[in-house]
Amino acid sequence: MRKIYNKIQNISGNVISVKASDVSYEELAEITTQRGKSLAQVIKMDDENVSLQVFTGSRGVSINDEVRFLGRPMEVTFSDNMLGRIFDGAGSPRDKGPLLTENLIPVAGPSVNPSKRIIPRRMIRTNIPMIDVFNSLVVSQKLPIFSVSGEPYNELLARIALQAEVDMIILGGIGLKYDEYMKFKNTLESGGALSRSIFFMNTASDPIVESLMVPDLSLAVAEKFALKGKDVLVLLTDMTNFADAMKEIAITMEQVPSNRGYPGDLYTQLAARYEKAVDFDDAGSITILAVTTMPGDDVTHPVPDNTGYITEGQFYLHNGYIDPFGSLSRLKQQVNSADQSRKDHRAIMDGMIQLYAQFMETEEKRAMGFRMSGWDQKLLKYGGMFRSQMMDLSVNIPLEEALDRGWEIMAKCFTPEETRMRTELIKEFWPKNTDQ
Amino acid sequence: MSPSTGKIVGISGNMVTVEFDGNIMQNEVAYILKGEERLKSEIVRIGDSVAFMQVFESTKGLKIGDKVEFSGELLSVQLGPGLLGQVYDGLQNPLPDLAEEYGFFLPRGVELKALDDERKWKFTPVANKGDTVIQGMLLGHVPEGIFEHAIMVPFHLPGEYTVEDIAAEGEYAIKETIAKIKDEKGNTHEISMTFNWPVKIPIEAYRDKIVPEEPLVTQARIIDTFFPVAKGGTFCIPGPFGAGKTVLQHILSRHAQVDVVIVAACGERAGEVVELLREFPELEDPRTGKTLMERTIIICNTSSMPVAAREASVYTAVTLGEYYKQMGLDVLLLADSTSRWAQAMRELSGRLEEIPGEEAFPAYLESRIAEFYERSGLMELNSGEYGSLTIGGTVSPAGGNFEEPVTQATLKVVGAFLGLSRDRANARRFPSIHPLESWSKYESFIDQKNIDEATDKLRRGNDVNQMMMVVGEEGTSIEDFQLYLKSEFLDSVYLQQNAFDEVDAATNKERQTHVFQRVQQVLDTDFHLESKDQARDLFNRLRQLFIDWNYAKMDSPDFKQIEESIEKLIKEHSENEENLQ
Ligand SMILES: Nc1ncnc2c1ncn2[C@@H]1O[C@H](COP(=O)(O)OP(=O)(O)OP(=O)(O)O)[C@@H](O)[C@H]1O
Ligand SMILES: [Mg+2]
Repeated sequence: MRKIYNKIQNISGNVISVKASDVSYEELAEITTQRGKSLAQVIKMDDENVSLQVFTGSRGVSINDEVRFLGRPMEVTFSDNMLGRIFDGAGSPRDKGPLLTENLIPVAGPSVNPSKRIIPRRMIRTNIPMIDVFNSLVVSQKLPIFSVSGEPYNELLARIALQAEVDMIILGGIGLKYDEYMKFKNTLESGGALSRSIFFMNTASDPIVESLMVPDLSLAVAEKFALKGKDVLVLLTDMTNFADAMKEIAITMEQVPSNRGYPGDLYTQLAARYEKAVDFDDAGSITILAVTTMPGDDVTHPVPDNTGYITEGQFYLHNGYIDPFGSLSRLKQQVNSADQSRKDHRAIMDGMIQLYAQFMETEEKRAMGFRMSGWDQKLLKYGGMFRSQMMDLSVNIPLEEALDRGWEIMAKCFTPEETRMRTELIKEFWPKNTDQ
Repeated sequence: MSPSTGKIVGISGNMVTVEFDGNIMQNEVAYILKGEERLKSEIVRIGDSVAFMQVFESTKGLKIGDKVEFSGELLSVQLGPGLLGQVYDGLQNPLPDLAEEYGFFLPRGVELKALDDERKWKFTPVANKGDTVIQGMLLGHVPEGIFEHAIMVPFHLPGEYTVEDIAAEGEYAIKETIAKIKDEKGNTHEISMTFNWPVKIPIEAYRDKIVPEEPLVTQARIIDTFFPVAKGGTFCIPGPFGAGKTVLQHILSRHAQVDVVIVAACGERAGEVVELLREFPELEDPRTGKTLMERTIIICNTSSMPVAAREASVYTAVTLGEYYKQMGLDVLLLADSTSRWAQAMRELSGRLEEIPGEEAFPAYLESRIAEFYERSGLMELNSGEYGSLTIGGTVSPAGGNFEEPVTQATLKVVGAFLGLSRDRANARRFPSIHPLESWSKYESFIDQKNIDEATDKLRRGNDVNQMMMVVGEEGTSIEDFQLYLKSEFLDSVYLQQNAFDEVDAATNKERQTHVFQRVQQVLDTDFHLESKDQARDLFNRLRQLFIDWNYAKMDSPDFKQIEESIEKLIKEHSENEENLQ
């Protein structure tokens, strides 16, 4: 039987401290307050003084409340029974299903030995042309959606999750609005994907400290499934809330902030999670798609900035479109070469974006009142078609169809030479009998 | 003296405080004993009867009272034959060996041998019995990869020695004695082919440090021609995320004309290292015909590996660099990213509750960065030969803003600044080194006067472009327009380089000199142009020709042919056609 302490020395923010002995670093404890029981985790030890962050927050904790150390670090159950289930940030069921206590595994385990990783070479098809054609998603990629709040990023996540040919989906909700959570649930349910999904859900009304656990729980479970050969897609939304929760604890612990109040280890903390993305030699994989909302639409804000330095590209969601310029999949060249994809894939990708860039310049010129030449008119027509038939998020077509559509759009707007496409490709792919 | 011991009295993140008995020293290595595990740590501060230690591993599960064993040694790396081609973590544990023994995940509290004790090397003695030698001098050598690995008098032995005995030519393992040398007091020292060196102390077993002047040919045109790096010099590559720092360093690691490359992947993505790991053993080094891996050492402490080991990893890398430099070789150290190293210092400093400086970096940030780059250099060795260590580090400034402590501290000490620009990267103009903001204090193999002229055109053309944004093409004179087209031309055919094209990826000195003359000819020619459309058309054609030219092998008939077409096109359109003939 572990010893019980009931003299809390200090309560500050969501951190309490007690005098205790024989405690392990990062060990869990259970606190019983008049509001009920809560988990807490050791975050600092100084001789007898042990500081713990309280998962449900310190509100209502009294100095005589009981603190019982559990003799184990944060763990989570792992089994096939988790599929279709919904858990909270402490790993307890938040649906009406049974408590799962079998096969506990530690969270935030060691990192993968880099020499055991392989170069990722499998494309994840999403049927969204702005992704498949222009910034292909690759198995084991870690990629955030950068956007301001209000954009349909969660819809986009849910849609990719449904479309992607992965074995299972783990959704980590971090401070997610309740209706967004419900929307996710309904979308996956109606898409028939709930039975291959697991939710770790911390909503906006749940304790903020618990949200800190969500990425670790999601990724620990994902890792086990991946080792069993499963291709797992992990969705984390919204990682800015995660960073903010860390900021809060850091300030409580009187850590010196480095940048706009965020702790100096923000990069390390985010990287520890994102780097769990992996394609195992001879086993499965973890792909991470996250949402990073940008406060004030400012990409230099510490959260998107540190994220960008960690992830393998990003999708910018602007006015309901995936912006073709800021968006980048750093792994796309691993999957879109002539021997892996259709041989016009790279040419369409580069060519159409260059033309779209010219269209943007023309549009700027038009806005400034400059005269529009014949070439400008063509570009304007092209830009409109590109937006409505490629960029629009309602477009839902396979990669090959999107490439064909690319040629059609170009043929409706330009002569072959004007597109600067290679002659060889034009011969093969330029649509016959089109009316310009 | 038996090593001191202690016990843990406090834990915060990767920092533990330890009560100790006996003598300990700053930067001494200690081990926390946790069952079978031995968690390596380093003393970073000594206070009133407590030592503060950074732990190179996760501290999860440690308890107050856990035992600590001090080693009496500073944090060191092992030097000797067999380093080339290795992939180490920040503390010199071979990662492939760890994988073989422990599988997918990095184990905690394990140390593996950096070098193979059993492998035999063919030793050829050079020194003779009776010779007088000092530290760093050659005793013999063994073949390693592409050259002779020098077996030297260890760098920690001061003073003069007489060679008493030296092994005959033959096969030896690294720990076997290959020489006995006697110091001035008559004590004999047994020398093997390997010894340890503390990573945070520069190796200074050389005669003199000389001002670096000879260009290090990177085969990247914008660097070699416009912002050159000297052998033994330093440079930095700051840039926002996604601007191309890592890709540029990978290009350098492949094509730079040096003997040894050390890649320090410091706190960045594991996936990027995997590309090197998997590709270098397959790629041929055109200088030697061997694989690139045989001239490379990879130090890999990626972002999810322990932070304290990240701090150590750059020192590990630079020490290995110094060691090969001591053999009279040209070594290039590429560190990606030094900002992650600086952040590791910041995390440590925060845990030590030191008074923070700007953006919470410690006050000693600047001096640490300076000390690191100071370990570069061109040295006259004790043997009279020359060796060089060139250091290039990427910097990842917060928010992409160069006005931040790490970039600023780095700019104070480096010899060349290759600043990457977000705009150029977005416009896919690679390498995205900003041609108007970057600088170098070293000399190029191309005449400075010519470079200045080209840069001037670039600047003026850029000004015209800015103005055109406001007044439109109509409001721009044809002369100005030509200037603008020339600057664009220089950019697209010379500054930009296609890393994925076999030929264009690397341009050697001879070819750069040759091509630059032609580029200059275009820049210097007053083209006879009637209209802007005609001007644009001419420059489009020139650009296309030059790009095709860049893709042609220099000894191919294509190369000659395209050059003739270029000459012809220039002649056709130059104003003083008659004078030129
Ligand atoms: N020389 C180049 N040629 C072609 N593409 C390039 C080049 N350099 C960079 N890129 C493109 O830009 C992307 C980002 O480059 P890179 O990974 O080098 O950025 P970085 O500056 O190291 O970013 P971070 O700070 O996030 O690590 C690459 O994935 C590639 O698509
Ligand atoms: Mg990089």
